[in-house]
Amino acid sequence: MEKPFAITLDVASSLANRTGNWRTERAEYIERLPPCSHACPASEDIQGWLYEAESGGDGYERAWRRIMETNPFPAVMGRVCYHPCETSCNRESLDEAVGINSVERFLGDEAIERGWTVEPEAEPTGRRVLVIGAGPSGLSAAYHLRRLGHEVTVHEAGSAAGGMMRYGIPTYRLPREVLGAEIDRILAMGVELELDRRSTNALQSMQEGSFDAVFLAVGAHIAKRAYVPAGEAARVLDAVSVLHDVEDAEPPQLGRRVVVYGGGDTAMDVARTAKRLGATDAVVVYRRTRDRMPAHEIEIEEAEEEGVKMRWLSTVKRADEGRLMLERMELDAEGFPQPTGELEELEADSLVLALGQEADLALLEGVPEIEIEDGVVSVGPDMMTGRAGVFAGGDMVPAERTVTVAIGHGRRAAQNIDRWLRGAPYEPAREAKLADFESLNTWYYADAPRTERPRLEVARRRATFEEVVGGLDQSNALYEARRCLSCGNCFGCDNCFGLCPDNAVIKLEGVENGYEIDYDYCKGCGICVAECPCGAIEMVPEEI
Amino acid sequence: MPYKELKMYQTGTYAVGNRLLETDERTVQSRTDRSNSLTSGHRACQGCGEALGARYVLDAAMRASRGELIAANATGCLEVFSTPFPESSWQLPWIHSLFGNAPAVATGVAAALKAKGRDDIRVIGQGGDGGTVDIGLACLSGMFERNDDVLYVCYDNEAYMNTGVQRSGATPPAARTTTTKPVGAEPGNVFGQGKNAPLIAMAHEIPYVATATVAELHDLEDKVERAMEIRGARYLHVFVPCPLGWGAAAADTIKIARLAKESGVFPVFEAVEGRVVGVSKIRSQVPVEDYLRPQRRFAHLFGEQPDTEVIERLQAHADRNIARFGLLDDGPTEGKGLMEMLAESEHGPQ
Repeated sequence: MEKPFAITLDVASSLANRTGNWRTERAEYIERLPPCSHACPASEDIQGWLYEAESGGDGYERAWRRIMETNPFPAVMGRVCYHPCETSCNRESLDEAVGINSVERFLGDEAIERGWTVEPEAEPTGRRVLVIGAGPSGLSAAYHLRRLGHEVTVHEAGSAAGGMMRYGIPTYRLPREVLGAEIDRILAMGVELELDRRSTNALQSMQEGSFDAVFLAVGAHIAKRAYVPAGEAARVLDAVSVLHDVEDAEPPQLGRRVVVYGGGDTAMDVARTAKRLGATDAVVVYRRTRDRMPAHEIEIEEAEEEGVKMRWLSTVKRADEGRLMLERMELDAEGFPQPTGELEELEADSLVLALGQEADLALLEGVPEIEIEDGVVSVGPDMMTGRAGVFAGGDMVPAERTVTVAIGHGRRAAQNIDRWLRGAPYEPAREAKLADFESLNTWYYADAPRTERPRLEVARRRATFEEVVGGLDQSNALYEARRCLSCGNCFGCDNCFGLCPDNAVIKLEGVENGYEIDYDYCKGCGICVAECPCGAIEMVPEEI
Repeated sequence: MPYKELKMYQTGTYAVGNRLLETDERTVQSRTDRSNSLTSGHRACQGCGEALGARYVLDAAMRASRGELIAANATGCLEVFSTPFPESSWQLPWIHSLFGNAPAVATGVAAALKAKGRDDIRVIGQGGDGGTVDIGLACLSGMFERNDDVLYVCYDNEAYMNTGVQRSGATPPAARTTTTKPVGAEPGNVFGQGKNAPLIAMAHEIPYVATATVAELHDLEDKVERAMEIRGARYLHVFVPCPLGWGAAAADTIKIARLAKESGVFPVFEAVEGRVVGVSKIRSQVPVEDYLRPQRRFAHLFGEQPDTEVIERLQAHADRNIARFGLLDDGPTEGKGLMEMLAESEHGPQ
């Protein structure tokens, strides 16, 4: 081509100029671990299911299915979980944590109402697994094992499934039809449940049914006793049996003035139950101060709202008919309560001891490989006991005793039982980079205060076992889901695509496919990284 | 058009787009079919605010004019980094003549189109702050005064960056440039009277004057769209941080533009026929110090002995903007005329 004077190049687009070679650092898309998922004892992909729920409509079912990949009890969890996810939520630093628990409950309730079910995905393996105990941990394991294609039989000592979800958590926190619906859904997948079958010897139960592996999840149902000198006519009960009898038998006669000894969630549950059974006074006696109470704050708050009285720094010295002798305590320099010798009387028709529970490990007697320490069974990170093929989880192993932890154990055990049955080695989960608050650019999030769930008025809470906390509806559940900052995971806001001065970000077809960096032109300025609201892009040094 | 609250939506209109938004609630920049008027391979520095601003404005104008658009460009970075002959990054008809005559060239193009009866083709004139507020001001004023049918866009990066960061009429007080060194009794640029091009444009009582930043894309695109609906002389002043000239991190371009607006240093507003009709409110006010600190051109104000007196004067500038334009929530949003605003000015010895 004939070129004008002094011109040596063809007229052309600057596209020929690959400015990507200026780069010393490159932008790369990453997925960070959001703090909610990181904190979830049941390993739920919380950001993942909120992302689906953000679409509303069909998104709710997708969101629910994402939860069901880890946790078969969304409706239960949305009521009883103490939600460490919300405690660690990055939005807390912005305004208030996302109401994850309330959205989970909404999804769980939607599923029950619409009859969504889960089918076993894997081909039948022909392997048989025994689960002993139909509590949250056992049922969670059964569910996951069934999904993995194994045949599962659950032996339950009681006359109904649910474990502590049924016998430990009062109905005002967890209506039984909700619990029943979620258990039935697991059973409908083909899990065999045998009630009233107490196993006295785990190995024998395993051999009798020629099972390939066993998961022990018997819980901790024996009340710890403390020696309280008591007169003949004194009425002293334990919290476990009180809650059990309320569920299964005649509610126990507690009288008008009920004293509960202990400071955990169970103590609160019993005191609140006593109120509902007609007690005029329900007093919790605890050795230390409020801030040292093991009960969760929300339980203490709700108990106080319902008129439960607290006596901090006190122990029960003696119980007699109609009255108790209390001793005032003092915290020493280490924070331990020490007796002061100061005594006082408290009128009480009954004393309920809520001093913790122990596991009944009789079924493990005579299995030498299994190590028992402090009344609980030692397990490895794969939930296997010292004996090959025998796994354990829930309240009978060392861990925090909550339903959520138990459900997490069940899943982890199921995965490892499956792995063990296949003869594969244990591999610890790889931890992704945490999406901390500093990795976010919160400018882009709209101001949106949290939606609080309605609560039953206090007058009705004192008299009935109706559920205290209400649920969200379609519109505020959607709003709450959309408060999620999507920490560490792209949510398709187009910022990187729009803010690149070099048009070096390609928006791919289909939002689920996200974006791609065009390294021919990416100069490595880092604007996309700085302006990504959720920290899903990072700068990586180029090898030079 | 300031931020829009969208019902139940996590990022409102702060972000460029979003998977959950209706298409018409997203920006032009979020569309895969945007015209990319300034395409890849241009030689602007890493993180160039001007390259970004130009693409934002022109893509929005291209969409508003259905692709029937001609741009006349002043000399400056925008011309040099985009068009080293024979290579060009422009994906629209584009003409460059001299440093100071872009408004006049744009006027000529508009006149020629009128003569040919092609009023469907629209004209944009564009340049940096040097080409606009200094060298091209006479041509620009003429274009305003004749009410020629041109949208003139100034990409303001507050100095002559292309030739090596020399001071311009738009350089802020105290800023270091190569001609206003941070030495002597009053380091950096002098506290002069300022030269507020948007207010100068308003004084011509032209149909439309607006300011915008690269940090508020929805707002910027809305203003371009509005300007394109109007015939006659229109002026848009876009704040575009320059990482090289300002001594800022390339990644901080958007952040610095955002801080300029949130501190009140750069008021974002629009005016019709000399009267302010809307302002973009400050969302969460920051002291000017937050805006100054990430920029090395102001580094001499900090260090071991911060120059609190100068920082306070700069804060007073921002406070005057806030009062003048009602940038905080309790301030009046619209209706002020130029003379009223000038009456509130505290010009004089500072």
